[in-house]
Amino acid sequence: MYTEKVMDHFRNPRNMGVIEDADGIGEVGNPTCGDMMRITIKVKEDRLDDVKFQTLGCGAAVATSSIVTEMAKGKTLDEAMDITNKSVAEELGGLPANKMHCSNLAADGLQEAIKDYRSKKGGGEG
Amino acid sequence: MQLEHMIYMDHAATTPTDARVADAMEPWVREQYGNPSTLYTIGGYAARAIEEARATIAEFLGAQPDEIFFTSGGTESDNWALKGAADAHRKRGRHLITTTIEHHAVIDTMEFLEKRGYEVTRVPVDSRGIVDPDDVRKALRDDTILVSVMHANNEVGSIQPIAEISELVKDSDALFHTDAVQSVGKIPVDVNQLGVNLLSLSGHKIYGPKGVGALFIRKRTRITPLLHGGGQERRRRAGTQNVPGIIGLAKAIELAAESRESEAERERALVERMWTGLQERIPDMALNGPEDPSLRLPGMINFRVEGIEGEAMILCLDMNRVGVSSGSACTTGSLDPSHVLLAMGIPAELAHGSLRISLGRDNTETDVDYFVDVFAPVVKRLRDMSPVYDK
Repeated sequence: MYTEKVMDHFRNPRNMGVIEDADGIGEVGNPTCGDMMRITIKVKEDRLDDVKFQTLGCGAAVATSSIVTEMAKGKTLDEAMDITNKSVAEELGGLPANKMHCSNLAADGLQEAIKDYRSKKGGGEG
Repeated sequence: MQLEHMIYMDHAATTPTDARVADAMEPWVREQYGNPSTLYTIGGYAARAIEEARATIAEFLGAQPDEIFFTSGGTESDNWALKGAADAHRKRGRHLITTTIEHHAVIDTMEFLEKRGYEVTRVPVDSRGIVDPDDVRKALRDDTILVSVMHANNEVGSIQPIAEISELVKDSDALFHTDAVQSVGKIPVDVNQLGVNLLSLSGHKIYGPKGVGALFIRKRTRITPLLHGGGQERRRRAGTQNVPGIIGLAKAIELAAESRESEAERERALVERMWTGLQERIPDMALNGPEDPSLRLPGMINFRVEGIEGEAMILCLDMNRVGVSSGSACTTGSLDPSHVLLAMGIPAELAHGSLRISLGRDNTETDVDYFVDVFAPVVKRLRDMSPVYDK
């Protein structure tokens, strides 16, 4: 039911873990729904220097989290904010229909992390 | 340890077809094509074979041959029992009783009947997944026409007190149906001991073929046919019989009758070995279902693993060539976790992290040890990845 790319990211997740002293943290989902993600970011000169994820969830949840870290790394914050759940799913070669909503939250998690960073920086200048 | 073949531990979903079943079916697939309803010789062969199969199944269930009706499987049997009884007795009453842990073949049929003007009471289960007969008694009303309680649950294996419930239902005018799809061939199933009017069974859960099952309808039980057409099955279930399937079903029943007791004992020991092994290796895990093994189907165990999700476990196990099921929504395409686990009071996040193992004839101690060996690192890996588990 999953594409080979989804299974590859599930088997070998990229950038799994937590950045200690992260500049921003984004948490989305809820364990009651069976899916939850935590994205931590390190920002250097307005670019995502490092992105890591932790995920509780199904194959789609793990794969979307893993690939979003690859998509985001090195991008400017504005560019990274343009990554959507839809483009993450496309990058994976598609997800089963029933996974599009419940497990496809990784881009939201990334955006939350960036917003967290910007709000910490304050003044909306980020 | 690396094993060549896949280790199948999902026998509650379906079972591998026994070679002896396939052999028994083969002539009826290849050569014997006669329609059992026809008058000439080859039709007669098929008709006789079907009646022998009916007698075998009746004997196994403690029933009479003319109380056994062949269907396309457990789902049809459940649909027929419920819709047929509801329709036949609608003038007397419109109240139906069931439980919160039934298979979807019963749940969805009950919902269908609700939309058609019937009233459904769903009795709860305790934390072990077992119905209290007294709750059924309290739910019974003058206008109750049918009670349907499954014999053994397909997710946690909890065995329901069917005989006790039937004693209570007997005092009313209601019919009593049980879905015995999971229990047949694993624990004793005798229609008189259970005291039921209607009982559903399926072929492919007992090493038989898919697409065939039966409904036991006790004599003088009125139910409306589900399928209309030809006069097959004494005008109660139209459609040319699935002859190879019926032959296979009877063979599967015959084999189950031979080995049921010894196999149950063997599977209970395997489950015990697995659970002991898992508990030694994995912290923060708990059983879903009755602690007492005699209240559980012999080969089945369902447990929850804190901090991780079911589908991820299944995928990781599949990478290690082990096939199992979960109580997680993700595998069924709905957002909700297992209705059975929720009915038992298990919180949603733990229901999502539950796994069902159902062992069968082909599993060995080696398989069980292999499972424990590969599952412990799978849990560790997923917990390392999880934002909610940091012990």
